[in-house]
Amino acid sequence: MNEHITEIVIFTALFLLVSGMGFVAARWRRADDLASLNEWGLGGRNFGSWITWFLVGGDLYTAYTFVAVPALLFGAGAMGFFAVPYTVVVYPLVMLVLIRLWSVSHVHGLVTPADFVRVRFGSPTLALLVAVTGIVATMPYIALQLIGIEAVLKTMGVTGDLPLIIAFAILAAYTYQSGLRAPALIAFVKDTLIYIVILVAIIYIPARLGGFGAIFDAAADKFAGTPAPGDGILLNANNQLQYITLALGSALALFLYPHSVTGVLASRSRDVIKRNMSALPAYSLLLGLIALLGYMAIAAGITPIGKDVNTVVPQLFDQMFPDWFTGVAFAAIGIGALVPAAIMSIAAANLFTRNIYKEYIRRDATDAQEARVSKLTSLVVKVGAVLCILLIDPQFSIDLQLIGGVIILQTLPAVALGLYTRWFHRVGLISGWAAGMTAGMVLLYNISNPANNHAHFGGSAFPLNKLGLDTSMTIYAGFLALLVNLVVAALVTLLARRMGASEGVDGTAPRDYTADAGDPEVKEDVELAGST
Amino acid sequence: MTEPRSPRSDRSPWNWVLLPAVVIPLIPVLFNHAEPRLLGIPLFYWLQLAFILVSVAATLLVYRATRR
Repeated sequence: MNEHITEIVIFTALFLLVSGMGFVAARWRRADDLASLNEWGLGGRNFGSWITWFLVGGDLYTAYTFVAVPALLFGAGAMGFFAVPYTVVVYPLVMLVLIRLWSVSHVHGLVTPADFVRVRFGSPTLALLVAVTGIVATMPYIALQLIGIEAVLKTMGVTGDLPLIIAFAILAAYTYQSGLRAPALIAFVKDTLIYIVILVAIIYIPARLGGFGAIFDAAADKFAGTPAPGDGILLNANNQLQYITLALGSALALFLYPHSVTGVLASRSRDVIKRNMSALPAYSLLLGLIALLGYMAIAAGITPIGKDVNTVVPQLFDQMFPDWFTGVAFAAIGIGALVPAAIMSIAAANLFTRNIYKEYIRRDATDAQEARVSKLTSLVVKVGAVLCILLIDPQFSIDLQLIGGVIILQTLPAVALGLYTRWFHRVGLISGWAAGMTAGMVLLYNISNPANNHAHFGGSAFPLNKLGLDTSMTIYAGFLALLVNLVVAALVTLLARRMGASEGVDGTAPRDYTADAGDPEVKEDVELAGST
Repeated sequence: MTEPRSPRSDRSPWNWVLLPAVVIPLIPVLFNHAEPRLLGIPLFYWLQLAFILVSVAATLLVYRATRR
């Protein structure tokens, strides 16, 4: 452990500095009263372009991403690069959708995507389904952030569960105290550190390994020597469909996650969101460069600790950089886990408070009560995430996260399409959700992975020949499930109309979707709407 | 501040500029090649990174053109 002492000291120092900021954040852009969801859960809904950029960037590009994407390239090659087209197409794809969500949420004082569904379709059941889907999809995502920290700790030779528990206890304490302001403030440090580390890595490491040409040649040699047919530094005829459906499906899912919505709703105006859609791809460039670290690890002859491929990037840093800079790089990953974990737990807590507690347990809850329930729930969520990692095989969290991506997509017809059209009947949407969920589960169950001895839930690439098609092509399971969802939703909508089923009340007006800051209906101090 | 605002719309022909930025990165035949390399990096990697510029240009253009 002695050889890592410099790294550990620097890691710990930066970690503590950032934790201090987390607690101080409660006073930053101070509100009169943190005891409402607008303040605790959305930071006062007043973040400008810069803060939103750091906050949403820190939220979407997580520590797990930074560790797992290069690990994917390390293991499978070109397929892992799907993260780049995914984060490239997402912004032009969602730009016009998000500003509508912002507007309607500000006019009606909505906090969560399920809140919107409640008002739009007048269906508490549909809102509950959306809320539960969001919570279930987010939980394993939080657990995965711990895997990022764990990979770093492992590489530093720090073993045992205690350091992880302490790190998450600190995180839980300042999120409780400061709400969304904490990750917003910490994101500045996190992203600055990550940008520095990656810029240095992308210049310094190739220079030591003989240039990019040598790095890609080493990767090509490695894949040529493995028996697996799907790997290589280019795509093959069988995984191209998987590549693009996974990229598109992930892009469609990204802003359905409650924590992404939280970041968007916390911004000050539509302009801030639009401007960020062209500024956020800077992180995609960063992610693309980080992905290449996987090939650098191959060229440097890194072997994973145990069977944990998530340790390849930390080990690459450890081998290449001087100790003090490795410490900085590890801190960047560790802190990188804290920002999204905080936002995710806030988002999950808001879903519980708004769409379960207030809807079903205490309809007359005051703002202060809502804030208190959310704060407590955020603690519960984090304890759950820690227990997930400590008690269950971490691989289980990775599988759950995979499932999470597939199930969150099933809220697309209600949330995203609902922003544009009221054509779907609420019964149709509920049926579509159920069909999509079932289809997704069945598809994932039937995907095996010989590499890690999984007979079921072995990945997201569904072989089309299992549907009787004469091909070796694979497709992203979530994408297929979404198609099932849409078809069922449309058919049941037609059926429900014919049978004259009640449409439910649409609480929104067309003009609500284009309202902007400064309009009379967008209040400076948003009153949270009641549940009706 | 209090007088009712005139109805406005998010519709604009400029929005179509976003479409190629979504579609182009999803056509593998465009980028699934090793050559030509750039600084030793196969086309597959550098071209997909270059698509980021397409996305930035499209979103920036739409933002500027539709700003009120």
